[in-house]
Amino acid sequence: MNLVEQILAGDVRATARLLRDIDDQLPSAREALKQLYPHTGKAYIIGFTGSPGVGKSTLVDQLALEYRKQGLTVGILAIDPTSPFTGGAILGDRIRMQRHFTDSGVFIRSLATRGHFGGLTKSTNDMITVLDAMGKDVILVETVGVGQDEVDVANCAHTTVLVTIPGMGDEIQAIKAGIMEIGNIFVVNKADREGSRKTIRELKNLIELGLRRRDDEGWEPPIIETEALKGRGIPELMDAIEKHRRFLTENDRGQWDAVVAKRAKMQLLDTLREEALRELLRRMEARGENLDELVRKVTAKETDPYTVVQDLLQCELR
Amino acid sequence: MSEERKLRILIAKPGLDGHDRGARVIARAFRDAGFEVIYTGCHQTPEQIVNTAIQEDVDLIGLSILSGAHRYSFPRVMELLKENNAEDIAVIGGGIFPLEDIPKLKAIGIKEIFEPGAKLEDIVNWVRTHIKPRKAMVA
Ligand code: B12
Ligand SMILES: Nc1nc2c(ncn2[C@@H]2O[C@H](COP(=O)(O)OP(=O)(O)OP(=O)(O)O)[C@@H](O)[C@H]2O)c(=O)[nH]1
Ligand SMILES: [Mg+2]
Repeated sequence: MNLVEQILAGDVRATARLLRDIDDQLPSAREALKQLYPHTGKAYIIGFTGSPGVGKSTLVDQLALEYRKQGLTVGILAIDPTSPFTGGAILGDRIRMQRHFTDSGVFIRSLATRGHFGGLTKSTNDMITVLDAMGKDVILVETVGVGQDEVDVANCAHTTVLVTIPGMGDEIQAIKAGIMEIGNIFVVNKADREGSRKTIRELKNLIELGLRRRDDEGWEPPIIETEALKGRGIPELMDAIEKHRRFLTENDRGQWDAVVAKRAKMQLLDTLREEALRELLRRMEARGENLDELVRKVTAKETDPYTVVQDLLQCELR
Repeated sequence: MSEERKLRILIAKPGLDGHDRGARVIARAFRDAGFEVIYTGCHQTPEQIVNTAIQEDVDLIGLSILSGAHRYSFPRVMELLKENNAEDIAVIGGGIFPLEDIPKLKAIGIKEIFEPGAKLEDIVNWVRTHIKPRKAMVA
């Protein structure tokens, strides 16, 4: 069996190894992705975002358990930050997911942002492709949770769950602009803490004020109270996700097609950006133009970034 | 584009040992050295450790144990790696070991053992010298 056949057969080792090559942006991984892509489109993708420490991993752990009870297989991509100073990372989301480590129906991968902004990694979409092709029914994506504008997940997931906790009133005010507009479902986790009702009211107000997603016309974003540690509210959250899935797939306004197209578009543009950049840099080098030398010229004001790029494009893409 | 591949390392604590300070110190030192560290917390079974190492495609497993339970867990981890055709993942250990156990652990394939007082710098240098990220897969 070759690599792709192994992955399609659900081989964990082969899958894990390809994910690494994708993360490291090895050109060889593209070949495998090409062959896997036709086998995608079956998995349901759910994104979890929210500030650090609100309980995203704990929720993902609980939901994975519920999906397993339903007999569904689960893929998890959990993202933590790369240190901007050292390039290293401590990936700790797995600590909350220990009970799934020996379940062959759950595949967990921890990812570091590696300098990428937006809450996901550069590699997240391609990794979803692989997990989808290997046959995972549900894919849970946990963003890095920086709290500001990690909005990529909204284009990547079919259903996006925004997680907050009580007592984050000021924070909700601060984050409302960008992030309120990506949640299909809102969760107030740590409901065992004081102020949960108040937070729910605030969220409701913001939603009523129109701070909500624009692309799911006809959907009323529910607010679910959970206590992830004890599993309280998890059935309600499962239910809300299922309702949203049915809302997307069973309405006749073409919203499912739009969501699928949005994912495809993002993947296409991301790949184009990556590959075009890689190819142009390669050609530049091949012509003996050195990036460092160009940087020097720009720094010395001998030229400017706009002229350099214009010349390059004129020359290479005539 | 010619960026080097990142080393990925799993730091795991097998058994009921709750001494996690050493493991955390090592995890931080590895992060500061530019490695990607997967930290899974305490109370891991060898099965959990090996499955995690495979799913995360790490180059190295670092087992931390101060309770003396290495006599069971270390050989079991090595066995499971073999069973899963994952012997190319290197294993090192750290913590407290009776002197006579160290040669036995090395004999079953544990690459190195670091005891209390081991300098972080030396540990990082050992990893840099001995562990290289694996080669690309071919479709
Ligand atoms: C602090 C401490 C505790 C703290 C732990 C806090 C925590 N969260 O970690 C507390 C008070 C909770 C504790 C409790 C107990 N402790 Co205690 N504890 C210690 C002590 C004093 C220091 C350990 C420490 O943190 N060192 C600092 C860290 C940075 O060093 P380190 O872990 O050794 O790590 C270094 C190296 O070993 C190596 N390393 C370690 N792991 C790894 C991993 C990798 C991959 C690598 C490369 C290197 C590496 O690199 C590190 C840097 O040099 C030791 C004695 C000692 N001097 O070691 C006893 C000691 C470990 N404890 C001991 C005991 C018996 C206990 C208890 C059972 C006591 C009791 N009866 O209640 C409980 C059990 C707790 C449990 N659930 O497991 C014994 C163990 C005896 C044995 N092995 O047979 C010791 C040795 C004390 C003794 N001399 O009796 N303990
Ligand atoms: N009191 C309380 N604590 C909780 C609850 N859910 C999670 N926690 C705790 O909150 C802490 C953070 O939980 P995680 O699940 O790691 O949060 P996270 O959002 O994934 O964190 P990052 O990945 O670091 O952003 C842990 O100590 C959890 O045990 C809850 O419902 N109530
Ligand atoms: Mg987390």
